[in-house]
Amino acid sequence: MTFYLRRLAFYAITLWAAISLNFLIPRMLPGDPFTILLAKLQRSGGVTPSVENSIRLLLGAVEDQTLWEQYVHYWGNLVRGDLGVSVTQFPTPVTELIAGALPWTIGLVGTATVISFVLGIGLGAFAGWKRGTWVDSLIPSTTMMQSLPYFWVALLLIFVFSVTLGWFPIIGAYDVFEFNGPEWSWAFVGSVLYHAFLPALTIVISSVGGWLLGMRNMMVATLSEDYITTAEAKGLRPRRIFMTYATRNAAMPSLAGFGVSLGFVVAGSLVMEQVFTYPGVGKLMIQAVRNNDYALMQGVFLVITVAVLAALFIMDLIYGFIDPRTRSNNG
Amino acid sequence: MADRRTRSALTWSGKLITGVVFLGAIVLFALIAPLLTQDPRDSDNPAMLPPGPDHLLGTTSLGYDVLAQLAEGARGSLIVGVTAGLVAIVLALVFGVVAGYLRGWTDEVLSLVTGIMLVIPGLPLMIVIASYLEVRSLWVVALILGVTAFAGPAVVLRSQARSLRVRDYVAAAQVAGERAPRVILVEVLPNLLPLLAAQFLFAILIAILGEAGLSYLGLGPNGSITWGTMLNDAQGGGALTRGAWWWFVPPGLMIALFGCGLSLVNFAIDEVVNPKLRLAPAAAKRVRKARRSGRDKLGAARDHEPAPSTAAGEPSTSRSAEEPRDGAADQKERVDV
Repeated sequence: MTFYLRRLAFYAITLWAAISLNFLIPRMLPGDPFTILLAKLQRSGGVTPSVENSIRLLLGAVEDQTLWEQYVHYWGNLVRGDLGVSVTQFPTPVTELIAGALPWTIGLVGTATVISFVLGIGLGAFAGWKRGTWVDSLIPSTTMMQSLPYFWVALLLIFVFSVTLGWFPIIGAYDVFEFNGPEWSWAFVGSVLYHAFLPALTIVISSVGGWLLGMRNMMVATLSEDYITTAEAKGLRPRRIFMTYATRNAAMPSLAGFGVSLGFVVAGSLVMEQVFTYPGVGKLMIQAVRNNDYALMQGVFLVITVAVLAALFIMDLIYGFIDPRTRSNNG
Repeated sequence: MADRRTRSALTWSGKLITGVVFLGAIVLFALIAPLLTQDPRDSDNPAMLPPGPDHLLGTTSLGYDVLAQLAEGARGSLIVGVTAGLVAIVLALVFGVVAGYLRGWTDEVLSLVTGIMLVIPGLPLMIVIASYLEVRSLWVVALILGVTAFAGPAVVLRSQARSLRVRDYVAAAQVAGERAPRVILVEVLPNLLPLLAAQFLFAILIAILGEAGLSYLGLGPNGSITWGTMLNDAQGGGALTRGAWWWFVPPGLMIALFGCGLSLVNFAIDEVVNPKLRLAPAAAKRVRKARRSGRDKLGAARDHEPAPSTAAGEPSTSRSAEEPRDGAADQKERVDV
């Protein structure tokens, strides 16, 4: 039980730290974002008093409040689920924009992460089983894949398959000329899959190498354990040794890593979404940064952080259940 | 026996040599090339020239020479990468090694900070910080990258330091009355060096990739050229739709090659630190070989040629490819015999 209590305390403290960080960053950094932002907004058009007021609250430019009062006020808004109002898409609440973008990111990056994991574990287990053969010489090339800047891979894919060959669309999550908005029809699902192919491929290419390498190394270590030798000596079929004895045990650390990367799905591929103009959370955040929409930017950051924490917490609980050793080690 | 040992030593250092050659070539390129190429901010050239004799890598939409930009960008990216790597590794030493060695409340607090930094997503945090900074020099960007990247190495170093602190020689130093800082520096740290080196290289890689991402989004260092800002310019200048591959392929390729060099060196370090990775495949190879030559001596009917006992020069790849499918076939055959 202490294991779960400790983890719970850790996540509570981390959540508090992340929210406080979100509150402090605009106030602690040099320069006066409020003045800069107001000047920028005035240059681009009129500023209504309500906009000015919301920016004031957000950036802590309210003169008659101490930092502590602002902090309390900030928490009050947060508890009520009020993340402020977007400046670029005035007066849409930030929460609404984020809610619209989340499904796209989770769907795309989540699916791609699962595909990449399954592929990497399978290939890695095979490469580990075949240790000491020609497969070994292919292993270093996986590091090449890991050190590729993934948004550059995206650029190359777009250049080859979209611009030159014209096989795939360049931007968007579905055909905006054909559909007015998301709807439940086979044609729409087809369009979504068609648009998601290159972004998903980008994620798989840039992450499969890591799974493969980690699994392969664990497999090599596991196969040199004594119980594998025992299993071989007993005359068990190699397929059984491979599946039940080696792969199952070697996959444990990768499974933990998989949990972590599922947690980071929302934070996942900000730059990739920008390259493909995919309407997910990353695109939203970058759009906010470009337009100095600080409320939106901080809202997205907060949602990303909270999503990561929640996912990791759930993974922690599950993993503590699957592998009892983690519980005792941390106690 | 002797030839096998030399061969495994060769494949070991093969990775190392390749990695070092990659890294060395790129560092040399960053040091020397900017002296030989034209001014990277000279826009007098014709715009969007494909690679040719005058401009080896062509020009951009603003008439900048791509090769000159690549050389200048190499300097920028390497400065950011190495500085951020140093910042990250120094922080990792404090938060990892000190925490792992001291235990108790210091450990709890330092580990909590590490844990928090580990789960707060790095790139979004960098984006938020960078967007509030109006002026971002190379050094500021490096600092942000370093501070947001120390948690991973810190976790690795902490677990290693924890296992080192119970070793006999550390206990001996403590009994001899050495103070904690000295024990950490003299007894613990030297044994962490391979791991530290690997983590440092990894931190550089993460920083260079992070810088490229930030710069691509337009949040990189202002006024400096890096591989990331080149990609940002290429995107803004419509290099993709106008087919100017010579503009956006080289910067990404440089990052990939540099990262590959770092990973290869890391690979070599990994195999030194973790001998199982090196010994187990070699052992598996030996077992298979022994099994095969054992069968051949038995004189059982064979479809394929008897394997030459030890043909030193023969590449192992071609031989293994023709082998019967690993254990499966082997064991069945053994039962039949």
